[in-house]
Amino acid sequence: MIAIIDYDAGNLTSVERALNSLGASCAISRDPEFIARAERVILPGVGRAGSGMASLRRLGLDQVLAQAQAQGKPFLGICFGTQIIFDYSEEDLTDCLGLMPGKVVRFPVDHRDQAGEALKVPHMGWNGVSWKTSHPVFAGLPEEAEYYFVHSYYLQPVDEALVAGTTDYGFDFCSAVARGSLVAVQFHPEKSGRPGLKLLENFLAWDGKEGADAL
Amino acid sequence: MLSKRIIPCLDVRDGKLTKGIKFKGNVDIGDPVEMAEFYYKEGADELVFYDITASHEARDIMLEVVRRVAERIFMPFSVGGGLRNVEDMRAVLLAGAEKISVNSAAVKNPEIISQGAEAFGAQCVVLGMDVLKVPVSSQIPSGYEIVIHGGRKHMGIDALWWAQEAQRLGAGEICLNSIDADGTQEGYEMTLTELISSHVSIPVIASGGAGKPEHLAEVLTQGKADAALIASMTHYGHYSVAGIKDHLADRGVRVRKYW
Repeated sequence: MIAIIDYDAGNLTSVERALNSLGASCAISRDPEFIARAERVILPGVGRAGSGMASLRRLGLDQVLAQAQAQGKPFLGICFGTQIIFDYSEEDLTDCLGLMPGKVVRFPVDHRDQAGEALKVPHMGWNGVSWKTSHPVFAGLPEEAEYYFVHSYYLQPVDEALVAGTTDYGFDFCSAVARGSLVAVQFHPEKSGRPGLKLLENFLAWDGKEGADAL
Repeated sequence: MLSKRIIPCLDVRDGKLTKGIKFKGNVDIGDPVEMAEFYYKEGADELVFYDITASHEARDIMLEVVRRVAERIFMPFSVGGGLRNVEDMRAVLLAGAEKISVNSAAVKNPEIISQGAEAFGAQCVVLGMDVLKVPVSSQIPSGYEIVIHGGRKHMGIDALWWAQEAQRLGAGEICLNSIDADGTQEGYEMTLTELISSHVSIPVIASGGAGKPEHLAEVLTQGKADAALIASMTHYGHYSVAGIKDHLADRGVRVRKYW
């Protein structure tokens, strides 16, 4: 059973629907006992760092998620759920879960590409990922595949070795991280067509160990 | 680098697909769920549904359409039309839409934008703007005015001011529809699109007037649009999304080619 963590952070049903289409058995839950028993954990979400962290703490889920990671349970972060596993977010100046060393910072206000053209924030739409690892969760994804992004803040892991993939938006930012049993992506695999579903399928088949030392 | 998005727009009335020409003489052309799946497989980057059902009672029919679409396609889609408050928005998002779009409701009550952004995040809230070209005046310095009811009612609001105000209130994206160009198939309103897109920091979807691939190439380059809405061009099979993307790629516009 896969637990999709419910912490009042936006649309969780799209993750559930994508997993259902892959034949996976999953449930949206905020019940610490259920999450502790689940084989896998997915932390999805759209939302804000301040209110997201407040919800996680209020529900006691910060502890539950730390425990899931300590147990080596396969753990997938998606979009805002990825940002909130870091130590700190500039959004609402928030101390986050601290499961991934690093911080989350905003794209510059006057963001431009190398040619000087203005770039919109949020970074919204389809963009590619340049994979830096042979990690099993990111295996078999075509190089030309694109994924659906929507975010104004981006990941800054403390250690280059944690970076599993990068994406070009004015500069190369970190769009995927991996560390032990934890993998996390900035885009929405559940909204990214076939390549996104392939990534979710990979996650469902992953034991949380293989590839953990590939980085 | 970020791809430019091609977004088919599906008008839905009483759970069935329609396409309005200048908002008049709508005709049924099919099942929205099947059409959504067709476009998903054909490489569309996103979909927009407008519920043009007038009555509030028919809302449940639309929610059922949204649920069925969400089970079949794994890409973003937005739903607009008749959303009056945060509860209406919540129902559509829970049914599986990625974004909701507000238009006349936001003109009448701008707070709905900030309430939606606060409740669901700015990325969920698309401001739809229907715009008409008018003589420049002290009230409408840009020469573009916000209209509602399909262009029948002038609001005395400057389109550029409203776009920036909506961004300030928390809109995550603007869908910019030119009433002058809508239904003409003679090209997007380039001046309007460039004006708005270069004065806001959020993405702008150009809407109204698409008739051939060249029009998309224009609006996504000189027009500075981040995405282009299409309807009759592809609904009636004159062009395919894949064919449009080939044209755009040939013209040096970055588009998603793998799906």
